[in-house]
Amino acid sequence: MELKVLQLDQLNDLIQVLIMDDYQLIGPKVKDGVISYDSIKSSSELPIGIIDHQSPGKYALQNIQSSRFFGYTVSPYSWKKYLYPPVQSLFKVNRNGKGISFEVTNDEPRYAFLGVRGCELNAIKIQDKIFLKGNYIDPNYKRRRELSMIIAVECFNTCETCFCDSVGSGPEIPDGADIVLTEIFEDGDHYFLARSETEKGQDIFNHLKLNDADDKHVLIKDAQLERVRTQLKRRVQTTGLKSNLMANPDHPRWDEVAERCLACSNCTMVCPTCFCMTVEDVNDLDGTTDRQMRWDSCFTSEFTYIHGGNTRESVKSRYRQWLTHKFASWQDQFDSLGCVGCGRCITWCPPGIDITEELEALSIPSNQYKKGE
Amino acid sequence: MGNNRPKLAVWKFASCDGCQLSLLDCEDELLAVAEAVQIAYFPEATREVVEGPYDVSFVEGSVTTPHDEERIREIREISGIVITLGACATSGGIQALRNFADVQEFTNIVYANPQYIDTLDKSHPISDYIKVDFELRGCPIDKYQLLEVVISLLAGKRPNIPTHSVCMDCKLKMNTCVLVAGNEPCLGPVTQAGCGALCPSYNRGCYGCFGPQDSANTDSMTEVWRHLGVADETILQAFRGFNGFLEPFKGASERLE
Repeated sequence: MELKVLQLDQLNDLIQVLIMDDYQLIGPKVKDGVISYDSIKSSSELPIGIIDHQSPGKYALQNIQSSRFFGYTVSPYSWKKYLYPPVQSLFKVNRNGKGISFEVTNDEPRYAFLGVRGCELNAIKIQDKIFLKGNYIDPNYKRRRELSMIIAVECFNTCETCFCDSVGSGPEIPDGADIVLTEIFEDGDHYFLARSETEKGQDIFNHLKLNDADDKHVLIKDAQLERVRTQLKRRVQTTGLKSNLMANPDHPRWDEVAERCLACSNCTMVCPTCFCMTVEDVNDLDGTTDRQMRWDSCFTSEFTYIHGGNTRESVKSRYRQWLTHKFASWQDQFDSLGCVGCGRCITWCPPGIDITEELEALSIPSNQYKKGE
Repeated sequence: MGNNRPKLAVWKFASCDGCQLSLLDCEDELLAVAEAVQIAYFPEATREVVEGPYDVSFVEGSVTTPHDEERIREIREISGIVITLGACATSGGIQALRNFADVQEFTNIVYANPQYIDTLDKSHPISDYIKVDFELRGCPIDKYQLLEVVISLLAGKRPNIPTHSVCMDCKLKMNTCVLVAGNEPCLGPVTQAGCGALCPSYNRGCYGCFGPQDSANTDSMTEVWRHLGVADETILQAFRGFNGFLEPFKGASERLE
């Protein structure tokens, strides 16, 4: 591990080194009115001076005329769209005369992700557990993950919807990335503190002429992260959360939230840890079949449809399933929470249902709970 | 498949023809479809008529006259599988707007000799009269969904026609949400997917052409639109579109009256 100072003009050098090293660089840029994680070729494409405003059911960008590269918080879609794409072809089956032949393609790109936030890195770690641990390993995810390089960037701003601190996923980034950057803006100085965490990251550093960082830089960085932490308004009380949720399947709050819930699935689609999927055969008239895996959601009726009916008929039962999975049964299954506090489900929920608010309401004992509290 | 090709008939009721034209609109796949099935009755495409019975009947349009009632029952008699095409056949269509008013009054205003008009009080979906094996939603239907149904029939499998919201399709396409980020009134959360999230992909709110999704919460949708500053009368009109007579869109608009 090395701690270095990366000057502003060296940010583009870093990008060029990654591209020269055959990485497809994915980073933040303004596209379709949002910060989008997309293919970028130079630092000039980054969202310079752009910040985001996110609140329940609302999203907007603002140009604050700053030279800051990473002033926004998180993009609508997480890195999940690259590591675990929404639609994946598993294999194709072709008809040859009286027989059939199988065709598997695995030309996975080599991604370098620039701008991964603390919450998002934790989400990747959670998906690593889901797809790479245990008896059943997803070979496609494994290949993409092994080939990828993660350049994390610690947050400078927060949105109203952020709550990383209380679920232990930020704002600081202790480990899990190849390189960690912190954008420092202090007394007119603007530079990055850069830390290599892995050999892969160190190899990239070796191509750049970076000066050593000293204790003063670390103090500035720590103070910045502390300021970010104090800005976080929302929080989740995780102590006793699992037992309380599991003990309250009939809490009156479930009925209330079901009145607002549109069962549209937006929350699960934007969630960086949600991993549910379905498998469909897409057939052609000439007899070829493409077996595809696509994201699914516990909010759809089809998701729990089995022979004879649906095991979660009501929207209430689906919302309860989602929330208790994220904060309770996930702990049994993967030994962590299923939530990283990125706030996407709050922002992209059209009626603006706020999981932190729901959890707080559910923590009030049923017999003391008053509607609308 | 040779002589085992299923015999296909396409029938029209009260409708604009747009849905059956979707079959002709298959262009690239049309020849393959014509090889895979025997197009036995399809006046829009050919004058040649092969007598029934038919293995598969596609039915477009809604039932609006006593004569229609008789005809749809006959079609059921001579058809193996009946698949309805589009909003008219599934919900009564845009012409079901009359279901919210007095049809006799309209008839008197529109026709010089209303005594010659023999019409029902309401525009009915096909399923009000006969057992329908499968319904394809949309105004018009989506040609890829139509192909999926044809291919699935031939392959003997259940077609992949999801009943979830348009939002799912927007998210799978990585669209920016026009409602959350654009303050655009959008019916996507309560509408069934199938169009490929066409309007939101072009920065327009969803019009609800595919009717309600399987778990549509229309009252919460109303609240979201009110929150965007949309007047109740406009929300009522939005629900009362091509699928206005289908619950829960019907109930949602009635509660806004």
